Amino acid sequence: MKQHQFLLICLLPLGVFTLAFLAIPLGRLILASGEGDAGWAIYLQILQTPRYLDTLMQTVVVSLAVTAAALAISTTAGLFLARNRFFGRNALLSILTLPLAFPGVVVGFMIILLGGRQGLVNQLMPGHVIFAYSVFGLFLGYLYFSIPRVLLTVMAAAEKIDPALEEAARTLGAPPHRIVIDVLLPALAPALIAAGAIAFATAMGAFGTAFTLATDIDVLPMVIYTEFTLSANIAMASALSVVLGLVTWVMLLIARSLSGDTVAVGG
Amino acid sequence: MTLSLTNIAKTFPGGTKALLPTDLDIAKGEIVSLLGPSGCGKSTLLRIIAGLEVPDPGARIVFDGEDVTQQPVESRKMGMVFQSYALFPNMSVRGNIGYGLKMQNMPKPEIAARVDEVIALCRLEPYADRAVTKLSGGQRQRVALARAMAPRPRVLLLDEPLSALDAALRSQLRDELAMLLRQFGITAIFVTHDQDEAMAIADRVAVMSQGEVAQIGSPEALYRNPATGFVARFVGDAMPLEGQIEAGRLRLPGGMLDLPESAVGKEVLVRAEDIRIDPDGPVTARVETVTFLGTHYRIALAGVGPELLFALHSGLSAPKPGEHVRLSIQPEALIILPKTVAA
Amino acid sequence: MKSYTKSIPLIVTLLACAFLLVPIIQSVLAGLTVNYFRGLSSGLTLKWVGEVWTLYSGSIFLSIWLALSCLAVTLVLGVPAAYALARNPGRASRILEEFISLPLAIPGLALALALLQLYGTYQGFRTSWVFILVGHVLYTLPFMVRSVLSVLAAIDLKTLEESAASLGAGPARRFIDIVVPNALPGILAGALTVVTLSIGEFNLTWMLHTPLLKTLPVGLADSYASMRLEIASAYTLVFFVMIVPLLMAMQWASARAQRIMQ
Repeated sequence: MKQHQFLLICLLPLGVFTLAFLAIPLGRLILASGEGDAGWAIYLQILQTPRYLDTLMQTVVVSLAVTAAALAISTTAGLFLARNRFFGRNALLSILTLPLAFPGVVVGFMIILLGGRQGLVNQLMPGHVIFAYSVFGLFLGYLYFSIPRVLLTVMAAAEKIDPALEEAARTLGAPPHRIVIDVLLPALAPALIAAGAIAFATAMGAFGTAFTLATDIDVLPMVIYTEFTLSANIAMASALSVVLGLVTWVMLLIARSLSGDTVAVGG
Repeated sequence: MTLSLTNIAKTFPGGTKALLPTDLDIAKGEIVSLLGPSGCGKSTLLRIIAGLEVPDPGARIVFDGEDVTQQPVESRKMGMVFQSYALFPNMSVRGNIGYGLKMQNMPKPEIAARVDEVIALCRLEPYADRAVTKLSGGQRQRVALARAMAPRPRVLLLDEPLSALDAALRSQLRDELAMLLRQFGITAIFVTHDQDEAMAIADRVAVMSQGEVAQIGSPEALYRNPATGFVARFVGDAMPLEGQIEAGRLRLPGGMLDLPESAVGKEVLVRAEDIRIDPDGPVTARVETVTFLGTHYRIALAGVGPELLFALHSGLSAPKPGEHVRLSIQPEALIILPKTVAA
Repeated sequence: MKSYTKSIPLIVTLLACAFLLVPIIQSVLAGLTVNYFRGLSSGLTLKWVGEVWTLYSGSIFLSIWLALSCLAVTLVLGVPAAYALARNPGRASRILEEFISLPLAIPGLALALALLQLYGTYQGFRTSWVFILVGHVLYTLPFMVRSVLSVLAAIDLKTLEESAASLGAGPARRFIDIVVPNALPGILAGALTVVTLSIGEFNLTWMLHTPLLKTLPVGLADSYASMRLEIASAYTLVFFVMIVPLLMAMQWASARAQRIMQ
């Protein structure tokens, strides 16, 4: 058998699987979005219907807020952990990256434990403080799984920064906070954009967390879910899925081109 | 004849002619070197013989009467030593050496016996059970050689076998390699850009340039009777002498030199060791620099050729820079060649 | 001022750790104490864990079964494919790699919808565990392929194969003797990643599951919605006990593969 025949055989199982379970179904999904009463104009309908537009806006706003918060927190923590070695550092790092493997439902439960009716905050604070089922709870839930993801990207990039850059700044008299602003953050800029794109895409597509928290706030994945399961509005669910999929895919493409790695959408 | 190559050429997609149609015959037990600068086509030719590249249509490769041109590399039964050695990191030294025998479906006890034999011959006993990743460059080279030779291939092909080693190791292993090849009586073709290596090991050297063989012959023949200016300059250093030709003699700025034959319309070259500092010599020159190299002095002379001429001078003392000396060159030592563009 | 600015990052880091860690500790405690409200003083017990086992052992076993099947399938699909991609590092390979990574970029929900659209009507397939397996493989396959590919791309595979070929090894032999053994660090890291991700997968699985086919995360969602806090916590504890060692093993294996590549 020749080399190139063998290589084709090596690719065949994957090729068949991908065709049958990825390519064709996605194609079918796109087609299904155009099979409703409105045809392909359904995409315009999304923008015109207040319900969907509001959902889209809310999802984007929450995702942006989470991205900003996660970037601020994880960059601070990431720089700190990457540049300092101390007793307990590895333990802190493990704690901060543990939630990577948690499905969104578990994260939702974590927030309920903190801010639900029987939650910690409600027990500790006077009065009735329940935030788990509000926007704030959703925000915290998304933050919970975003912090580890952004942290990993930032730390990987921080470790690659040439230490000589900082040393040069110090010999020129720069105090620590100026080094952060003038040397470290600019060096991390591509990684930060990449991490931000990942956080945004993950938040946009998060389902399990919103499902568990069952808030009044509708995010796009929940709307897709209800359109499909409750309303049996296949065309709309498909169209919304295509829109969501495109947005997250483009975001992650940007992230990849800037940082070179892939972290998966989860949550 | 063991190996017969006819009309071997290689044109890469895109039009680059890496190898022009070449013929080569190699006798059983002969060691041939393909020598040349990078890009001359020597590695391409070797890889075509191995079966790792496909030659242009019309090529024929015949081993002992068997036409193997269409055969893939796996069935050609040649041993190959790669420049980077390519030892399998997931196998031990013994595993590597025995791999070719395993592919021949030899019974395990026989493989073990043959591997031990080769290990002894290549003096690898101290390292035989070490992991391949823990070997030094020289040790790896020996293992790569042992691995290629263990299956007793009909031809051994070596692609720059010593270039990955440092200079001192290179000259030591060069002698070892030559000895091993002769001991096994194996037919071998090796590629190198190092002329010392080629001359030290090979029975015949094929000097290649720009896709074709410029000259093939014994090292001595190439050195003494180069066929082209390129060969003269590549094998040993030949320096040009320029001047008017008058009645069978060459007029140089510093004097007249006898020529062995007519050099009209040709170029005249000389090698450094043939320029003698001779108080009775016909040509004068001025000494520019003198470099002591242990076994001899290297003296740069001005005023003889268009550029500085270098002479090798042995003896206990040498002229000083700035001095004027007289030179003589035996006419038979001069190299007279058709004018060519230096390759 | 100096010590103030120095301690801000530390405080932020500690607060973030607390935010992530406290509910985990709560959950572990709630699942092991007799009475959540009275806390540790009420004593430790395994009765909640016991109830979880009675209610959900099926879903735990299903998750383990799916994870192992997913591993087997991704090994068969992914390892040879990674080899083929490593030998052909051109544009077509990159596009293929991008395409199989789509399940990482688009939400599981959308993927599940796509699968349901096309295969939802084939009742036998739709109601079998294989349907969920397909979803898991879609999601984890890119990790296996990438992991193996990055290890293979870091070694001079071409020359190793050429030297094996010069010793008489055909393509299949070379795959067994040379490619797979040298790809092992990547295969190991990929395997641990696949198993870890499969056990924790929810978004796809939720859409694809049936009442008879509940995986561990689906069971978790169930318990959060309808069970008391102690049981939900105990179930989460079981999940942690399974996932944390796997996660640590996965990180160890990936770091090791990285080191080997350098």
